[in-house]
Formats: sequence, C-alpha cells, structure tokens
Amino acid sequence: MATTALVDPETGLTQAQLAARHGLRVAGERPSLAEYSRRLWAYRHFIAAYANAKLVASYSNAKLGQLWQVLTPLTNAAVYYLIFGVVLAQNSIPNFIAYLTTGLFIFNFTQSAVLAGTQSISSNLGMIRALHFPRATLPLSTTMTQFQQLLASMVVLIGIVLATGEPITLEWLLLVPALLLQAVFNAGVVLLVARMGAKASDLKQVMPFILRTWMYGSGVLYSVSLFDRLPGWATTLVQFNPMLVYIELARYVLLEQAPLLNESLTQLWLVGAGWALVAGIGGFIYFWRGEQEYGRG
Amino acid sequence: MVEHFEDSPQATATLDPAGERIPTVVVDDAHIIYRVHQGAAGGTTPVAALRRLVKRTNAPNVREVHAVKGISFTAYRGEAIGLIGSNGSGKSTILRAIAGLLPVNRGAIYTQGQPSLLGVNAALLNDLSGERNVVLGCLAMGMHPDEVAQQAAGIIDFSGINERGDFASLPMRTYSSGMAARLRFSIAAAKRHDVLLIDEALATGDKGFRKRSEQRVRELREGAGTVFLVSHQLSSVRDTCERTIWLESGVLRMDGPTDEVIRAYEAYANSK
Repeated sequence: MATTALVDPETGLTQAQLAARHGLRVAGERPSLAEYSRRLWAYRHFIAAYANAKLVASYSNAKLGQLWQVLTPLTNAAVYYLIFGVVLAQNSIPNFIAYLTTGLFIFNFTQSAVLAGTQSISSNLGMIRALHFPRATLPLSTTMTQFQQLLASMVVLIGIVLATGEPITLEWLLLVPALLLQAVFNAGVVLLVARMGAKASDLKQVMPFILRTWMYGSGVLYSVSLFDRLPGWATTLVQFNPMLVYIELARYVLLEQAPLLNESLTQLWLVGAGWALVAGIGGFIYFWRGEQEYGRG
Repeated sequence: MVEHFEDSPQATATLDPAGERIPTVVVDDAHIIYRVHQGAAGGTTPVAALRRLVKRTNAPNVREVHAVKGISFTAYRGEAIGLIGSNGSGKSTILRAIAGLLPVNRGAIYTQGQPSLLGVNAALLNDLSGERNVVLGCLAMGMHPDEVAQQAAGIIDFSGINERGDFASLPMRTYSSGMAARLRFSIAAAKRHDVLLIDEALATGDKGFRKRSEQRVRELREGAGTVFLVSHQLSSVRDTCERTIWLESGVLRMDGPTDEVIRAYEAYANSK
C-alpha cells in the first residue's frame, strides 16, 4: 500500500482533509431524524404511486382483475359465517353476521399490512440496491396499499351492515377517525416488522402464527363476552389489545347492539389514539435507526 | 506496487473558482469485508441448525471475503473513470460501497451528493407496464410528478423499446432481458446525477443503443457529473473513459490514462 496515495498532489492534503474541504460526506451516512422526515415528505408522490402500482400488480394475472378487491373480503366473510354462524351457531350475539364481518375486515387490514410489511424490504432488494430513496417509503406504501384494500372492504361491510337492518346514524362518521387511527398504528407496526424482517428472514415463517394468536385474542370470531371468564389481569390485558380496541370502535360506531368488552367509549378512543401514537412514532424511529443497513449484505 | 499517473486528464475536469479541481468521490484506504452465504454447502440439516442454535455459533456456511484491501483514489467533477480487472477483483464491491450500500470496515469513502448505482439487475415491477415503471422509477429518484410527466415520453424513446411495436404498455415481464436493461438505463440516465456508477449495464443493449448510451454518458459528464464504468468490454471503457483504474484481488494495480492502463492490463491478462 503506497502511503503517497493518501496525499493529493495538487494541494498536499490527505484524502480526509480534501473531502472535508470540499464538503464531501461519508457515503451511506444516515440523515438526522428531522432531515429524514423531510425527505420522506418529499417522496410522498412516490409512496402513493408505488402503493397504487402494487395494488394493480397484485391482480394483474387474475381474469377478474380489480374485482377481487371486493370479492376476496366477501368470500372470506361467507366462509367464516358458514362456520361460526351456521355450523357452530352462536345465537347470543344480535346481528352476528355484521358483528363478525366488522371484526374480520378490521383485523384483516392489520394482518395483511403486517404480513406484507415483513417482506417490504426483502422483496424490494433490487430497487433498494439500485436507487437511493428513503427506505421508509416502502413499508409506508405497503400500509397504503392495504388501506386502499380496506376501503374496498368497507364498502362491502357497509352493504352487509345495511342489509342486516342496522340503521344509518350520524355516529357512522366516527368510522373515519377510527380507521385513520388504525392506519397510523399499522404504519408503525409495519415499519417495525419491516426492519426486523430485513435482518431475520425467518420472521416470515413465524408471522402467520403470531397473527393468528393475535386474532383469537381480539374477539373477531366469537363474542367478546367470553373474555370475561378469564382472570382479572388477563381481561385487562385483552382490553388494552390494540386490535380489540379498533374492532370495538368500529362495532360501536356501526352496530346498535354489539356486545363490547370495553364499557367506556372514552377509554376506547384514548387507548386507540395512544396505541397509534406509540406505534407510529416508535416504529418510525426504530426503522430510521436501521436506514443505512437495508439492502446490504 | 502501485503506479500513479498524476498528469491525468486535467482538460476535461471542471474547476472551482480557486482553480482547483473539485473532488466528487474520495476513497481513503478503504477495506471492505463482506460475508457470503455458501448456500447448501453443508450444515444445513435441521439437526445441524438446532445444534447451532443451542451452541450459539454462527452458521458455518457463512464465510468472510476480504474483497477490497486498502484502495485510495480521488475522482473529480467531469471525469469518466473506467474500472477494470479480472472477475472477483472487487470492482462491483467498491462501486456498491461508493453508493453507500456496503459499509467500509476500515478507511472511509466520502462522496458529493448521493451517487446512483446502475446495475444490470436493478429490478423494477415486472407485473407493470414499461410506462408505469418509468413513472415509478423517476419518482423513486426523487423527481417531481410534473417533471416525470415531461420526461416520460423521452425516456421511452431513448430506450427504444417501442421500436418493434408498442411494448411500453405491456408488462415488463414480457420484455427480453436486453429490453428491460435498456429501459432501466434510460430511466436512470434521465436524471442529472452528481455521481453515476454504471456496473456492466451498457453491455446488454444492442449496438445502436450502446452508441446512444455512450453519448448519454458523455452528456452526463459534461453536466459536471462523475461517471464510473465497470466493464469487461475494454472497447466501451476506451470509448467513454479517459481515466481508468485497474483492480486486481482487491488491490489497486494502476490508476491513469485509459490507454496506458488498458495496455498494461492486456499484457497482464495475456501473460496469465
């Protein structure tokens, strides 16, 4: 190794001094949190375009195309209704079909976002290695794709709710903030699993089991009154389960007589907002701290 | 043994007000060690994996490769630099490190702005049409939607994918590998880069496209950028670069005017 190579012949500076003099930065340096957020904002068009593109691409091989966006939740609801509404008939819940589909669609939003989010880095390695952009755009657009899917299932849901004889009330408008809170919560969780999934690819295999456990703990398929049989501390734990909270919010808003685990509506909103805040900010910071690692190795 | 030719191309380099050449990439004694997975080379049975978990040892099929062993050079504005060397000499590795995609284990790499790496396998979305990929790629490079709308038609023209019928509206999975590579290059070349790193990406196109892309590389340089070109086609290095760096086994063998370096490299390659 020739040490002379370290000194610029014209100026007599070392490489590091030369770099500093012309304001060069270390390659692949992580930007500050504020700078990162600013860049991410500048990439908002990309996030929207990418989310859209993914949505289109996911149905590009299907004959019925985008129609599956509505057909998939409908079929899902039909299957679960057959099992939990007809075969295992639980008559204790008034308007069970609406109760079930509300829980199912709300939970599915988080479930599919988290599943896709786990792979949002590893399935885009080609792009990450070729182009420089804030990596958080990928998990965020994953969340957005799922949000668009959710909107389609909400149309189906409202159809089901109306068809089962629930009245339209002003309270329905509260569905908008409830879904937005859940979207922020999802974005945070997706950012979290995206970083974890980028390093540990085994997470992809484990995730479906975690999500299924989470689903059974969120009172999607059966009456939440079953949780009252648990010991006191476990009931409290379930009450603070973010998914249960978002599902209960939607049920409270849409359905007249749905059984709820949380009696107090204020508590539901507070816990829902709290989870959105904690997951959103925490997930973002956690993801940002790994920014320079994505696509390496 | 490092030879230096410090009378390298002054004429094309852009000067700052003080009459000094402006560096865009400064590589200071960079060492890069990366870990490669040997795949199913052994120790991949479930039992072996469990034993590793219990004993907390690393997977045996991961090996460390010391790919770049202390390289130093400075690239200036307006330069096009060829990187040559045998397979596995560390050319692509150093490009990826300059792009900030690989960490250096020792030493440092400083860059002006954000270098863009253009490789052959820069995948876009295969299920989407070429047009949509153009829009997405441009947005991913940080262009504004208005700018993208202006440039999209030009990018598709440049890539020449519409020369045999309307391919731009077909999904990219229907493209030949050459067409896809051409489109990718066209997207990346649509933006002004401070530093553009091209890894074998020009090799895939046909002759007409190669001419166009070499012209584009020259334009990018004149726009005060720096271009690095990794290629095994010495003719393409000779046509586009006036300075060339020759790497061998992760060590810088020679850095100087393209003609001299290529002559030495050819003599070395023939004598092997």
